[in-house]
Amino acid sequence: MATEYWPNSRLRTKTGLGVWEHRGKVAVAGIGFAPTMRRWDGEDLSTSVGALTIVAAQKALDDAGISKGEIDGVVACPIGMGDNWGPESVTGRPYFAPPYDTEDGLIGTSADWLVKNMGLWNAKSTFHGAACFNTAMSVGAQVVGDGLANTILVIRGMGNPPGRYHQAPDTNYSGPRQWSAPFDWRLEPLIAYGFDQYCRKYGKTHDMVAPFVLNQRRNGLLMPEGYYAQHRPETPTKEDYLAARWVVKPMCIMDMDLPIQTAVAFVVTTGERARGMKQKPVYILTHCSQRGVVRSTTETLDETEAFAANIAGMCYEGSGLTARELDVFNPYDGYTLFTQYYLEAFGWHGVKRGEALDFYAGDIRVEGPHPFSSSGGNNGNGRTRSWGQYDCIQQLRGQAGRRQVRIKAETAIAGAFTPGTSDWTVYSTSPD
Amino acid sequence: MPKPIPVPDALSKPFWDAVNQRRLVLQTCTACNRHQYPPEPACAQCHSAQHLEWQPAKEPVRGRIYGYCVMHDSRLIPLHEDQPFNIAVIKLEEDPELLFLSHLPGTPPDQVPVGATVEIYFEELKLAPGRLIHEWRVVS
Repeated sequence: MATEYWPNSRLRTKTGLGVWEHRGKVAVAGIGFAPTMRRWDGEDLSTSVGALTIVAAQKALDDAGISKGEIDGVVACPIGMGDNWGPESVTGRPYFAPPYDTEDGLIGTSADWLVKNMGLWNAKSTFHGAACFNTAMSVGAQVVGDGLANTILVIRGMGNPPGRYHQAPDTNYSGPRQWSAPFDWRLEPLIAYGFDQYCRKYGKTHDMVAPFVLNQRRNGLLMPEGYYAQHRPETPTKEDYLAARWVVKPMCIMDMDLPIQTAVAFVVTTGERARGMKQKPVYILTHCSQRGVVRSTTETLDETEAFAANIAGMCYEGSGLTARELDVFNPYDGYTLFTQYYLEAFGWHGVKRGEALDFYAGDIRVEGPHPFSSSGGNNGNGRTRSWGQYDCIQQLRGQAGRRQVRIKAETAIAGAFTPGTSDWTVYSTSPD
Repeated sequence: MPKPIPVPDALSKPFWDAVNQRRLVLQTCTACNRHQYPPEPACAQCHSAQHLEWQPAKEPVRGRIYGYCVMHDSRLIPLHEDQPFNIAVIKLEEDPELLFLSHLPGTPPDQVPVGATVEIYFEELKLAPGRLIHEWRVVS
C-alpha cells in the first residue's frame, strides 16, 4: 500500500497546546543537499529528481555518520514543485517508457520510491507530508517523538522539467477554482494585492524591499549548496531590482524565487541517539503548522497578519522561547512580499507591525547585528523551501562558513510557506 | 477578455443559474443570519447545512474597491493577449465581509481608485457565448 499523508489533525495547528510533549527529545543529526540545476534535461536519469534525492539522502547519512541500514523510517513531501510530467494530452510531455510510467522519481520523490531505489531495507515506516519540506519536518519530528520510528530520513525532491513554469492552457475550471480562475486569482495576485494593502496601511513602498532582496542574494552567494553560488555568481544592484519586470504589480520578478531542480534530506532521530552520532545534535523544541481558513474569496490583510501572529504564538508557546531568546530566524521568502508579516509577528530583534521594511534598511548582513534570513532563503538560492531549515542547522552547529552569524546562535526558527498555510520548526543547541 | 469558464457543481449551480439570469444571489445561513461567498456545504459558523438557502442580494448590488494588483504575466495562457489587466478585490456593500473579484472593465490598468464604489453587471463569457459572469465597474 502506498504511503499515506499525515493528517492535519495530527499536526500542531493552534495555540493553547502548551509546550510540545517531545521538546528537546528529537534532534536533527544529518543534513544533505544535492547539486542544483535550473531544469532537468528530461533525459538523464542520473539527474532526475529521484536520483538527486538519493544523492541528498546519502549526504545526510554521511553527515550523520550512519549507514542506510540504520534508517528505519522515511518522511517525504512527495510533491514536486515543477509541472507534472505526463500524460502528454495534458502536459505535452509524454511519460517515459516503463518502468518510468509514473511521475514518482521524475518530478517528485515519494517515501516509497526512496526506500525502494536507495535500498533502505530497514525502513519499515513511511509517511508523507503534503505541503513542502517544512511539513515533512513537522511530521518527521512527531513521528520520532511518538516513537513510530527511531532514525528517519526526511526528504524533498524538487523537480523542474523542461518548459516554461506553470503555464496553463485550460479554459474550464471546477471546484474551488471556479470562483477564482475566471479572474486569474491565485497565490501571486494574493501576495501582490496583500503587499499593496500593507503599503497603504503602513505608508510603505515597494522599493523598500530592495535591501532585503539584495541581501538574500548576497547571503545566497555565501551558500555553496545554492543555485546562484553554483551557477550564477552575479551580484544584482538596487537598480536591477527597481528595473525588474512586473509579474503581478507590485510584485516583480526579483520578488519571486527561481524554480530549480535539486533535493534535500535530513536525518532526524531521538536526542539520545543523536548524541552518539558524528555531529553535534540540533534539538527540535517544537513544530507547528498553520492551516488558516479565510472568511470569503481571499485573504484580507487583517487575516494575513492574524495568521502570522498565530504562527509566532504557536512557535513560542510550543518551544517555551520568547522573541528575545530567538537567535537565528529564517522565515519563508519565496515571495519576498510576505516575509515582513513573519518578521513583525515574531518580533525578531524587536520589529513591530509596520516596521519590517524600515528594518530592511538597517544592517541585516550576516556579519552585522541583525543577520535576518541568514540562509539567503529561496530568493537567494533557488526554490526549495528548505534553505531556511538547512541554514538553521548549520548556524547552530557553527558550520555555516562565511554565512556564520556573529551574534549568538543557540536557537533558530525556520518555516514555509504562506502565512495562511505553513509549517515551522524551532531548534536549539540544548535539549533543555 | 477570454475569462476562463467556471464549471458549476451541485453546490454552485443555483449561483451560476442566477448569474445567467443577471441576478446575484447569496448563500445564507438563516440560523446565523450570515452570508457565505463562495458557497460552502455547511455554514462555517454553526456547521449546519440545514438552514442554508439562497437569497437575492440587495439592489442595487454595490461594493467598494478594497484593493488590487495588476497582472503582467499570467499563468493562464488564454489571458496573455490582454495583459496587463487589473485584478481587484471588492467588498460587498451589503456585507463587507464578502469579497468578490473583478477585472474592473473600463478602468485602465493600474489606475484603480481604491475605495471607490462599484456596481455589479453581468458580462458574457467570450469562451462560452450565452453564459454570463458577474463583474463590477466603477460608478463614482
